[in-house]
Amino acid sequence: MVTERSLGDVLGTVPVAGVHPEVNWVRVEIEAPHLIPALRALMAHGWVFAGIVVEEDGERAPWRLTYLLGADRAPWVGVEIWVHEDALASVSSVLFAADWQEREAEDLYGIEFRGHPFPGDFALHEGSFPAFAPMRRSISPAPPPRPRPAPRIVDAPGGFTLPVGPVFSGVQESVQFLLETVGEEIIFAHVRLFYKFRAAEKTMEGRTPDDAILIAERVDGTAAFAHGLAFAQAVEALARARVPERARALRVLFAELERIRSHVAALTAILESTGLSVPASLLATQVERLLEISGEFTGHRYLMGLMTPGGLRADLSDADAGAVARRVRHGVEAVDEIYGRLTFDESFLDRLEAVGRVSPEEAATFGAVGPVARASNLSRDLRAAQPYSGYEGWRFDVPVEKEGDGYARWRVLMAEVHESARLLEQVAGALPPGPVRAGVPPTGGVALGFAEAPTGALVYWVRTDPAGQITRCRIITPGLANWHVFPTAVRSFAFQDLPIILATFGLSVADADR
Amino acid sequence: MAWFARGLRQGVDAMDDDSRAPVSPGLSPGRPLPTPAGQMDDASLCPTGALEVRAGVTVPDYARCVQCLRCVRAGAPIRWEQSYRWAVSRTGALGPAFRRSIHVRVLDAGDCGACLAEVRQLTSPVYSLHRFGIFVTPTPRNADVLMVVGPVTRAMRTAMRETYAAMPEPRRVIATGTCALTGGVFAKSVAVEGAVSRVIPVDVEIPGCPPPPLAILHGLHLLMGREGPGRPDPR
Ligand code: SF4
Ligand code: SF4
Repeated sequence: MVTERSLGDVLGTVPVAGVHPEVNWVRVEIEAPHLIPALRALMAHGWVFAGIVVEEDGERAPWRLTYLLGADRAPWVGVEIWVHEDALASVSSVLFAADWQEREAEDLYGIEFRGHPFPGDFALHEGSFPAFAPMRRSISPAPPPRPRPAPRIVDAPGGFTLPVGPVFSGVQESVQFLLETVGEEIIFAHVRLFYKFRAAEKTMEGRTPDDAILIAERVDGTAAFAHGLAFAQAVEALARARVPERARALRVLFAELERIRSHVAALTAILESTGLSVPASLLATQVERLLEISGEFTGHRYLMGLMTPGGLRADLSDADAGAVARRVRHGVEAVDEIYGRLTFDESFLDRLEAVGRVSPEEAATFGAVGPVARASNLSRDLRAAQPYSGYEGWRFDVPVEKEGDGYARWRVLMAEVHESARLLEQVAGALPPGPVRAGVPPTGGVALGFAEAPTGALVYWVRTDPAGQITRCRIITPGLANWHVFPTAVRSFAFQDLPIILATFGLSVADADR
Repeated sequence: MAWFARGLRQGVDAMDDDSRAPVSPGLSPGRPLPTPAGQMDDASLCPTGALEVRAGVTVPDYARCVQCLRCVRAGAPIRWEQSYRWAVSRTGALGPAFRRSIHVRVLDAGDCGACLAEVRQLTSPVYSLHRFGIFVTPTPRNADVLMVVGPVTRAMRTAMRETYAAMPEPRRVIATGTCALTGGVFAKSVAVEGAVSRVIPVDVEIPGCPPPPLAILHGLHLLMGREGPGRPDPR
């Protein structure tokens, strides 16, 4: 266990202004010039960058920035700096995973990250927000985003950039790709997110946790339970509230039900992208069955409305939990039968094998999370690394594959479905008795809440005023991390591979855009 | 070929038209019904302001209800319906020429993913949209219907307007989901426009957060003139 003191050892010669234990993380206060050495020291000791929290504070300076890092069974660390003007030095040169978060903060808060290798054109598109930075507290005029040319990295005769999206054919989320091409082959795919930016973080400000959880659940409706869970756990940590054992176990049960549904939907999308419509239809039917199970036992097909700080809003009887486990088992067997057949389908495997490869080094550099990271040999899973809600008490494995290609991601998804079903059955068979909800008094402070969402690590950073109202909520999503990796997987590929590689990433745009 | 045979063995997954009972568990989250005086008069337990007490009757505004179930779970004797005939037509159906078949352009104007996922489920074999002659089309130029999900973000406003402008007449717009009707839980966000109807005219409204596939299907049937309206809008 890292203590205040051992953290001092980790930071070595870096001058630290203070080390403060917070409720479930450690705040390391530092002067801005020492930021990069401090981050380097932590990363050398196994900490991994999670995200940047920008706060318009005004207590000691206009801006407070917290660089949040997580580790395997060691405390979360937030390196805090105060910034006096609307500009500070970029850390992207040493911490590439911070690249996109700096660009996001620059657009949304109107602060400049000096020396960023590729600033701009990130969160604000086509003058959607003329003359103000939407996340600032007051909508006072802020410096308009820096004008920037369309990204261009290919410099070859006959090369051009082909924009695709944001509106697609079929039933697709809105996002834009700028494909740099010199003919048949796409050399690089730039991703332009934030068409779906709903300012969820800002919309939560000034609300009570009870109100704000409605928004948290709808940041990514296909991972509503994970978002609700991460948010609720932050609020519970703030109030040092104890969640009843039964609720903790049921949270695991529902979170795994959500993971199974989300993974089966991702497998379905992969099959669709390869044009295998019969197995895709068979899997889509199983997705529907899983949605029906959720709807029948919780009232909501996407498990919304169930989570609350302090526990759950509804119980699930032992008998019903058993029924859920049995029906999910049945569905997983049906999925596995189809999966097994595909293992012998050469033409299907050809489409996935060696496409969209992400090396373990690349996955680490970009801060990949979830099944994408685990298919590139990075065993990152918050359920094991930072157990919450009692995960340490249940048996499950974290499947990992080495190749980092589409086929590895396909296998990781199926292996995780089996692990989730195993978890779900254990929990359903051993539900502790008792209530499912405890009171959570309104409390001021700052705390983290985190969960392994179906697509990867999800972190909520919540600061409240003494009345318990939210003053800042930062949502660090798996989507933002994994979309950042995606272009790496599609360098120099044939145009028709794009949908297949995309499907194997299983990315939600809503989750990234927030 | 092997897959073709496997598909045949599966038999029919599709539900028999609409005969599957609307109360079939898990198909719809349900929604509150107007509840008479004295039974349920605490409208404040609704976090979205969807319940309003009018002359002693608690009247739900479906354009705001997000199916959070808090009113029912609070133990209020609220009446709850499990149906799915939720769509409301604001204008007329498309002409008789569209009774057999329509083409739908789906547009994500900033949804959370759940509305879009329910639209996607509609195309699964369970609901099998195609057998109703309803097809999702890639191009607005072939589309009779624009189905919008999400609370119209600032960044999607223009794309939505342009897609609508590219559609031939006659054309219809379906606002799908609470977000598309009022902005839903994002109504107060600085980054969203809110209701689709603030940007382009809306013909059919489908409430629900998200509306279940059967409610979306109801909306499509309304436009094709195949279905009567659902329960009259209490507003
Ligand atoms: S379900 Fe929720 S949003 Fe709908 S009326 Fe009840 S409390 Fe309000
Ligand atoms: S209506 Fe509800 S489910 Fe649909 S996009 Fe909005 S928040 Fe998501």
